[in-house]
Amino acid sequence: MYFFQELVEGLAISFRAIRANKMRSILTTLGIVIGIVSVTVMATAIEGINRAFDRSAAAFGTDVLYVQKWPWVSNEDWSTIRNRRNIKVQYAAKIERQATLVDAVAPVIGTVRRVSYGSNSVESAFISGTTNQYLNASGGTIADGRFFTAEESAGGRPVCAVGASIVENLFYNEDPIGKTIRVAGYPYTIVGVFEKQGGMFGTFTSDSRVFVPLISFENHFGARRDVTIQVRVQNQKEMDDAKIEIEGIMRQIRDLPPGKSNDFNVNQQDVLLQFFDPISTTIAIIGLFITGLSLFVGSIGIMNIMFVSVTERTKEIGIRKAIGAKRRTILLQFLAESASICLIGGIIGLMFAFPLSLIVNQFLPTAMPLSVVAISILISLFVGVISGFLPAYRAAKMDPVEALRYE
Amino acid sequence: MNVIELTSIVKSYDMGGAQEVQALRGVSVAIAKNEYVAIMGPSGSGKSTLMNIIGCLDTPTSGQYLFNGVNVSEMDDNELAKIRNKEIGFVFQTFNLLPRSDALHNVELPLIYAGVPSAERKRRAQETLEHVQLGDRVHHKPNELSGGQRQRVAVARALVTRPSIILADEPTGNLDTKTGEEIMMLFEELHRQGNTIILVTHEADIAEHAIRAIRLRDGHIESDELIVKRRTFDKKPAMAS
Repeated sequence: MYFFQELVEGLAISFRAIRANKMRSILTTLGIVIGIVSVTVMATAIEGINRAFDRSAAAFGTDVLYVQKWPWVSNEDWSTIRNRRNIKVQYAAKIERQATLVDAVAPVIGTVRRVSYGSNSVESAFISGTTNQYLNASGGTIADGRFFTAEESAGGRPVCAVGASIVENLFYNEDPIGKTIRVAGYPYTIVGVFEKQGGMFGTFTSDSRVFVPLISFENHFGARRDVTIQVRVQNQKEMDDAKIEIEGIMRQIRDLPPGKSNDFNVNQQDVLLQFFDPISTTIAIIGLFITGLSLFVGSIGIMNIMFVSVTERTKEIGIRKAIGAKRRTILLQFLAESASICLIGGIIGLMFAFPLSLIVNQFLPTAMPLSVVAISILISLFVGVISGFLPAYRAAKMDPVEALRYE
Repeated sequence: MNVIELTSIVKSYDMGGAQEVQALRGVSVAIAKNEYVAIMGPSGSGKSTLMNIIGCLDTPTSGQYLFNGVNVSEMDDNELAKIRNKEIGFVFQTFNLLPRSDALHNVELPLIYAGVPSAERKRRAQETLEHVQLGDRVHHKPNELSGGQRQRVAVARALVTRPSIILADEPTGNLDTKTGEEIMMLFEELHRQGNTIILVTHEADIAEHAIRAIRLRDGHIESDELIVKRRTFDKKPAMAS
């Protein structure tokens, strides 16, 4: 009935009480501040991990299949996989010839070499040998210049397309197109620069890679290597069919009799997502649980101080009851007090957490989501009501005669 | 019509085990509107218990209590709170003001619990404080007021809801004689204005301001009679400030 009025009065009383016990209120609030800071920063970081993963996984291309000796995610015995035959460059042409659902096929081989330009260098850049088909087969984007042509690819020309990080490390205020860099000493002229991809799988994205024609690669760095064949599917809806088709072609190439299991893998990014999902969930649960503990400790602090407050103000409670405060009114008064303390703590906590989340942002692509702000405000209110309830209940059910007699 | 009608009120306390202490052993009293009653008795006589029951702070173990014809002996906490709020104005020996609130807010408090809107609350509290000659002290906190002034704030708080009875428990107990007289003068005027006043005291000369005296001893009513030599103040100077 007069609920709102009682609430307003309860809030007024609680602010007076908070002001009257400044140091105590500050210390109690601090517990909630720390709790909210840790929970929100953790939530922000988790959000960041998820976003980073999604972004990184997207770099693999949602419509790209990777024919490889190694599975990306597996519980098979390591040694049996190691004993598999290598994937060969020639497979690419066969897949391209036979597969009907694919758009582009490119073999990719790789090594790690030093790349330099003038006095600048990158000690361990990922050098990839591939064909002119790569751009199409990977779904990557050239930001500046072009990828190498079929002629350059077939002729084994000393040209390269490089990732954004390579450019950042080698060139300052200089247009990299047309410049000749040295890859393990061999000169290569840059014809194109990839768009920056970012993300946590730096080595797998184009960012820190140097793409050279396959033939040049084999001449300079050797040919006896394991190959990845990247296949871009025409229609993303036919990924599963394309995968089956490619597996069939591969079995034929590898001459596998029926009943013998594949000695290769056709990988795709969604296995990473399937693999990562339970991990991220676990991280989230553990992280929020641990940080939640600090919030819990804070709420115990509130409960403790509210019990003290109720005992201290027994006389006041008696007076209020004598002149007509109902149980509910007293309950509400003390709930309002603990909720205000927590709410203030929550808001202060968010003010600290926001700059901290910007620091987290330096490592993970994140921003404190509005939902986290809203949720943490709700949580602090909730904590206030929960931890204030027992003390408030004790106050509400005090016998007015006893309470008035209290000194 | 009687404001208060107590019939065979018994109040006993459990002292643990089979022990039971009877503070009131069958008290029957009727108090009519605009009476000025003093409840007297030595400590342990049960007068505090009786006051708590009359004030609806406590309920009797047995017996019937009719307040304005309504049976309050079986009311629950919330209903009792409502009666206390609307019908009873308490004045305590130790004033029992909220120390952190100013005089105005202290007087406003019962109206807050009665659900009176803010503006009207302030106006009525202000008026009532003026009525007890404290119009110039409304924003003083209790520790900025003298004992007599504090007690007058408490009286204003008791009056502000226009209750059926004013229940004063040793209202002069913490005051010096002169200030005590001032408070008694205030009560007398309130009585003249039509209020029903119940005064709980153990001091005979304070009780003599009332019209009727009920004496308690060992949980019984020992006597219930009109005061023969009533002490009254001159009508003209209603109050000294």
